[in-house]
Amino acid sequence: MRIICPNCGERDIREFYYRGSENDLDRPKLEDSLLNWHAFLHLRDNAAGEIRDLWYHEKGCNSWLIVTRNTITHDVISTELVNSEDEGLA
Amino acid sequence: MRFSALRILKESLSSNKNWTPHWRNPSPKSAYDVIIIGGGGHGLSTAYYLAQNHGIRNVAVLEKGHIGSGNIGRNTTIVRANYLLPGNSEFYSHSLKLWEGLETDLNYNVMMSQRGLIMLCHSDGQRDAFVRRANAMRSRGDDAQMLSVDDLRKLLPYLNYDNARFPIYGGLFQKRAGTARHDAVAWGYARAADERGVDLIQNCEVTGFNINHGRVTGVETSRGEIEANKVAIVVAGRSSQVAQMAGIRLPIESHILQAFVTEGLKPVINNVISFGMGHFYISQSDKGGLVFGGDLDGYASYAQRGNLPLMEHVFEAGMALMPMIGKAKVLRSWGGIMDMTPDGSPIIDKTSIDGLFINCGWCYGGFKAVPASGYAYAHLIATENYFHTASNYRFERFQSGYNLMDEEGTGSQHNLH
Repeated sequence: MRIICPNCGERDIREFYYRGSENDLDRPKLEDSLLNWHAFLHLRDNAAGEIRDLWYHEKGCNSWLIVTRNTITHDVISTELVNSEDEGLA
Repeated sequence: MRFSALRILKESLSSNKNWTPHWRNPSPKSAYDVIIIGGGGHGLSTAYYLAQNHGIRNVAVLEKGHIGSGNIGRNTTIVRANYLLPGNSEFYSHSLKLWEGLETDLNYNVMMSQRGLIMLCHSDGQRDAFVRRANAMRSRGDDAQMLSVDDLRKLLPYLNYDNARFPIYGGLFQKRAGTARHDAVAWGYARAADERGVDLIQNCEVTGFNINHGRVTGVETSRGEIEANKVAIVVAGRSSQVAQMAGIRLPIESHILQAFVTEGLKPVINNVISFGMGHFYISQSDKGGLVFGGDLDGYASYAQRGNLPLMEHVFEAGMALMPMIGKAKVLRSWGGIMDMTPDGSPIIDKTSIDGLFINCGWCYGGFKAVPASGYAYAHLIATENYFHTASNYRFERFQSGYNLMDEEGTGSQHNLH
């Protein structure tokens, strides 16, 4: 599996740190209910097929990426930068 | 048909032409007391214990493919009870006891081989942690023994003791641990469940749940609608998809775990050896192949195969630990889909829907859990009470943060286990 970084081009997955579901970008507010925090921290759609998840190009441009890929075939479909205005990736 | 040495002798006299199939191949009835979704190790053992311990025999096991075609056939066959934390330790302790009596219980040769498992340690701190773990195991009633480097050199002379990064400081030895023939475990439970009246229905995919006023009334399948008083999901590897059909979102991320086997060699590795710091473990099958594996690839996947970087990492770790295996040729590799929970421990629980139960989240430890998981799950389905060995395996621990069982001590969060 190789990931196409918008900055660096097609790179070996060893250059990337895997964070998990795109869900991690929807961080609840501090005052949100425990149920919302529970859903954010633990619950996942975990689709078999096309998903969007977060990768960090640790050994490259140090950008956070949203990668659209297929979990059954390992095809990487598209990659985009996480908007720098998004919060949530502490 | 009862299996025995005498029987083998008798059948051999007629050129083994009179053996009969191990189980029936029934068509689904219109209704059952209990439907178990998933004909893997855990589903089959659940069916067996429902019939054997609770007298519930009007049971169907619905399997999308064929019996034993999932993770029960895609593991490294290791059986052990060397867990530390309360909640896990009594469960795996119970499981190992069931393993020890399994062949008698099932009248089936599962090739249970208690060859012992050695976990290696590589620093004073890790040795201290292992001594603590060994004490916990012994105080629970299981066996555990600390081995010195001298002990290890006699037992495993072929290890590289002076690796610059991970010199070997000792090992935690559990003699009662070992391996079992994975396929035979599925077949043994299947045959024993079938003998007790359970219908094993293969090539029958569940496509939906029938739920009425918050209570499950049956399932839709590729072979028609089937009614049931209770429905039990046990489909590790596809838990999220099956639960989603009932509107349930699980705390699970699916990951790929690779394993490898070499060509058959003469007996050389007599135990199971675990090199945790290098993410490498190995045993030798009765056929002679070295069976080994490592850690998860590390990204969500359902591919049943991994990528090359992890393969290279596992081989490097193996070479660092035991350079002698370098000339063995790898025959096959495969990947299993792991239900990874945030804390790395499983779930055996009721759901928000009456009569619907779920057993999932076995991470990379499902094989050794097969007997105790079925035992506890059958108890929950039959009595609606939690069996004492599995009373912590509940959803609420994630929501409350109480009773989390994070064996690795890395934190209860996806991507950390």
